[in-house]
Amino acid sequence: MADTQVPVTQTEAAATTTGEPARWARGGLGWRLLLRWEAVLVVLLIASILYGRSVSTHFLSGSNLFFTGLNVGEIAIMALPLTFIVITGEIDLSVASMLGLASTLLGVLYKHGWSIWAAMAAVLVVGALGGALNGVLITRLGLPSIAVTIGTLTLFRGIAEIILKSDSVTGFPIGWTNIGILPIHGTHIAYSVGVFLLLAVVFGIVLHGTPLGRSIYAIGLQAEAAFFAGIRVQRIKFWLYVLSGVICALAGILWTFRFATARYNAGTGLELNVVALVLLGGVSIFGGRGSILGVVLAACVLGSLQEAMTLVNVAPQVQNIVVGALLLVSVAVPNAPELIARVRRRLASSRLPRRGTTEGVSVDINP
Amino acid sequence: MIASTGRRRRIAVACGALAVSLLAACSNDDTPSGSTPSGASNSGGGVKSGLTVYFIPKDVNNPYEVIADEGGKTALQELGGKVVVNSGTEDTAAAQIPAIQAAIQAHADAIVIAGNDPSALCPALGQATAAGIKVVSFDSDVTCPNHLFINQADTETIGRSQVQLLAKEINNTGEIAILSAAATATNQNAWIKYMKEELTKFPNMKLVDTVYGNDDPAVSLTVLQGLLTAHPNLKGIISPTTVGISTAAQYLSQHKDIAAKVTLTGLGLPSQMKKYVLDGTVKAFALWNPNNLGYLAGHAAANLASGTFDGSAGSKFKAGKLGEYTVLPAAGDTGPSVVLGPPTTFDKSNVEQFNF
Amino acid sequence: MTAVADAPPVPDRGRRMLESVGRARELGIVAAIVIVFVVTTVKNSAFAHGDSVQQLLAGASLIALLGAGEALVIISRNVDLSVGSVLGLSAYLVGTLFEHHHGVPIALAFVVGIGVGAACGLVNGILTAVLRVPSLVVTLAALYVIRGITALIVSGHQIDPGSIPGSFQNIGNAAVANVPWLAILVTVIVVGINYAMRTFRPARDLYAIGSNPEAAALAGVPTGRRICVAFMISGALAGLGGVLFISEFATVNSTAGSGYELLVVAAVVVGGVAIFGGSGTVLGAALGALLLNTISQALVAARISAFWNQAITGALLLAAIAFDRFVSLRVNRALRKQGGASHG
Repeated sequence: MADTQVPVTQTEAAATTTGEPARWARGGLGWRLLLRWEAVLVVLLIASILYGRSVSTHFLSGSNLFFTGLNVGEIAIMALPLTFIVITGEIDLSVASMLGLASTLLGVLYKHGWSIWAAMAAVLVVGALGGALNGVLITRLGLPSIAVTIGTLTLFRGIAEIILKSDSVTGFPIGWTNIGILPIHGTHIAYSVGVFLLLAVVFGIVLHGTPLGRSIYAIGLQAEAAFFAGIRVQRIKFWLYVLSGVICALAGILWTFRFATARYNAGTGLELNVVALVLLGGVSIFGGRGSILGVVLAACVLGSLQEAMTLVNVAPQVQNIVVGALLLVSVAVPNAPELIARVRRRLASSRLPRRGTTEGVSVDINP
Repeated sequence: MIASTGRRRRIAVACGALAVSLLAACSNDDTPSGSTPSGASNSGGGVKSGLTVYFIPKDVNNPYEVIADEGGKTALQELGGKVVVNSGTEDTAAAQIPAIQAAIQAHADAIVIAGNDPSALCPALGQATAAGIKVVSFDSDVTCPNHLFINQADTETIGRSQVQLLAKEINNTGEIAILSAAATATNQNAWIKYMKEELTKFPNMKLVDTVYGNDDPAVSLTVLQGLLTAHPNLKGIISPTTVGISTAAQYLSQHKDIAAKVTLTGLGLPSQMKKYVLDGTVKAFALWNPNNLGYLAGHAAANLASGTFDGSAGSKFKAGKLGEYTVLPAAGDTGPSVVLGPPTTFDKSNVEQFNF
Repeated sequence: MTAVADAPPVPDRGRRMLESVGRARELGIVAAIVIVFVVTTVKNSAFAHGDSVQQLLAGASLIALLGAGEALVIISRNVDLSVGSVLGLSAYLVGTLFEHHHGVPIALAFVVGIGVGAACGLVNGILTAVLRVPSLVVTLAALYVIRGITALIVSGHQIDPGSIPGSFQNIGNAAVANVPWLAILVTVIVVGINYAMRTFRPARDLYAIGSNPEAAALAGVPTGRRICVAFMISGALAGLGGVLFISEFATVNSTAGSGYELLVVAAVVVGGVAIFGGSGTVLGAALGALLLNTISQALVAARISAFWNQAITGALLLAAIAFDRFVSLRVNRALRKQGGASHG
């Protein structure tokens, strides 16, 4: 089997069963559909900013922007590689545990006298190794990603717990821990947000402007067809998991500096927040659909909403309800036209035998 | 002459203040009934009215913290100010950060915080201090500079008295274990340290294990069961956390055979532990009035924010019906602190008198 | 589009093979439990004492119960992440019921708990099956929303153990011959559901839906209805879990059940239920929960530091997934050979 990278047009041709995916891959009809959810996100963002301003005059102040960014930064960073992974039809639930493992290792190495730079480099390497473990299990052994990453979620956190137990490491160099207190010089942007924006630009360019990005969409839409078109499906997926591991380790480093403390339980439970952010960004859990812009907008919406609610002392529990409702909306809206059409069809054909209807089926077999 | 008139006036004011504070110090002492004091008290030091104090408990669910926050609300009400309670739902530092930020954004006058982590909150609290907000910690301390710690009882006393309480019941002999809360909780680890020191005085008692229940009933039960299995000769358990001791008491009252072998004590709320004391599962336990703790913290925060005292070692302030308190100097890891009072031991004879 | 022929029925030998594989898997878990038990008892004989065994069974009960419902959902190629929060909501509502109405009959408590759970499950089911929102998203959203609602209702309150009637508490705590009532109840339910899965046609439809949703729909299976029912059962069992939770602990705050969802999915996966659906048994899921709990308690009994628990669980999970995949590949290959033979 020839393993060379095939020109894009052949990829598109092979990847289509209907005309749509090809157009999406090229950015035609796909853009229109994508932009519909992005447009909704922009409206939501404006609405939440207006809400924020109405409840507090401090809402758009520099320090508030800084705080918002600080709270959302690491989650948003981890959402970027996860977006790629979800578009290919997989998932990675081990993201927050890798953050915790990274924090633990950074602390332990630093405590043992490593220079902060060497410690950070080592932590990133470990991140890559962890991602590679995910990648091997999922691509080489063909294990389902949701199950594997639940396993590595537990494993990574467990390793961190063995290393650091209930201790913490403090005393990191002030220059680094200042990222938790000071924004980037001359702006009101938190360092983690700066990193996020930088990465978002890179990820966005890769996803929407390179053959690799188009391959990622193709894999998500029709992995088998993509494979036969010459896309190295397994290799791409493997490296996406490695990338996720490295980025999550980076998030762990930022987290540790922000709190000036390293603990094994850093970021426990955050994985669901990251998944929620990706889904809110309009990335379809079935794969093949989504954009980096959506994720960036979703991060802004979530951040500003939560900040507004905290300023008004809306209890964190109620904030949870809002996030949950948003999630549902994020999936319902793109599905809406299909939904309505299907309901209309069901009502029209309610007397017909069940065969041939699309109940419970993900592929529309009616022409 | 103008200068001497001014000085005489200053002396007069100082004497007046001294007289008032002496009077206040002689007024009613700590009543453990948890009833709310009536009327506004004379704060005597010019506490500003209209202060806003943010209370940031470990989490918004913990009943002990809820009672303490109520005490804080009472204190600020007396002083014409108000309290905002804001925190997360889990016992982590990350969950408390948004609350600290909210306080900064709202230009609060003071923050009263029960720290989930000794050091991870320091960057955010440092920002609060830089914004002019006074920081008071209570229940669980933080290791940040520039704050005052309101301690419920002297740390060493708590630790040692817990061991003494248990030792009396098990005749100074046997294996014991500790059922704690979160492994990172500052107050727990501080007390455990003194428990271990006190244990050296009882050569026939041995601490075989410390397990962490995370202040969650289900987790506490699981680690308790593991403890009982791993150490079949266990004679005593100290659980210095209200969730841990109530979970353990519940389990023992359902398994009388184990309760016959294992003695339980710790820090518990009389309202929760009442039934276990009355049915004999637990003989004695200790605590203090969390309402008073919050009340004291509220007054401390208000006084700090008003500049009536500066929180340094030796400075004093008046805490409403609780009287006057003096700040103790820093010691070891702990900065300047104020101690509410000695812990109270509850047993059959008095447990029914309290409604907290 | 013309009608498509029915999917060819699985040859008898194939079905028997699948069943025997499933049985072997369950036996494998039982063997693992026995091995862990024996090894730990050697290290610490107290592990085999009555009290300890009782705790082993009681500790696994709630997760096994939730695992049974989760297995149904996963077999149909969905996932239910809201089980932990449903448990918490149900536990608190039942506790509040007892607090405000002391003389309430215990049966009513069960009805309330199970009813609340079933209602949540129904909403999940409708969103997933009828509105075709992916179950991961639905139940993730439900997790957030239900946790939020529970915390709102609770707002800092904690149920006082004194208000829970003693007879009710006995359900969660008493034992007969060192077997806790909790474990007996859960075992009966699990065995019952397992039997139903093997005999009743509607239950077996779940396997069809999980293996190939399109084929199942084309073959006339009312997939929407079946999926709704699967979610309802999962929710009802989570609600029942809440009732048993408060019976056992007699106290509950708004964090009850949080974090259970991943634990339950892990137990189900270890128990041999494939995450993509179509295979596995409810009994296997319950045994998976028992195995995981046994290991975590064994670690403590063997005086291995509790800090190792998570890492070992994680490694075990990965091993279980890999093993299942290996087995299913073998079975698929064998089935394909059979299918080829029948056409030859």
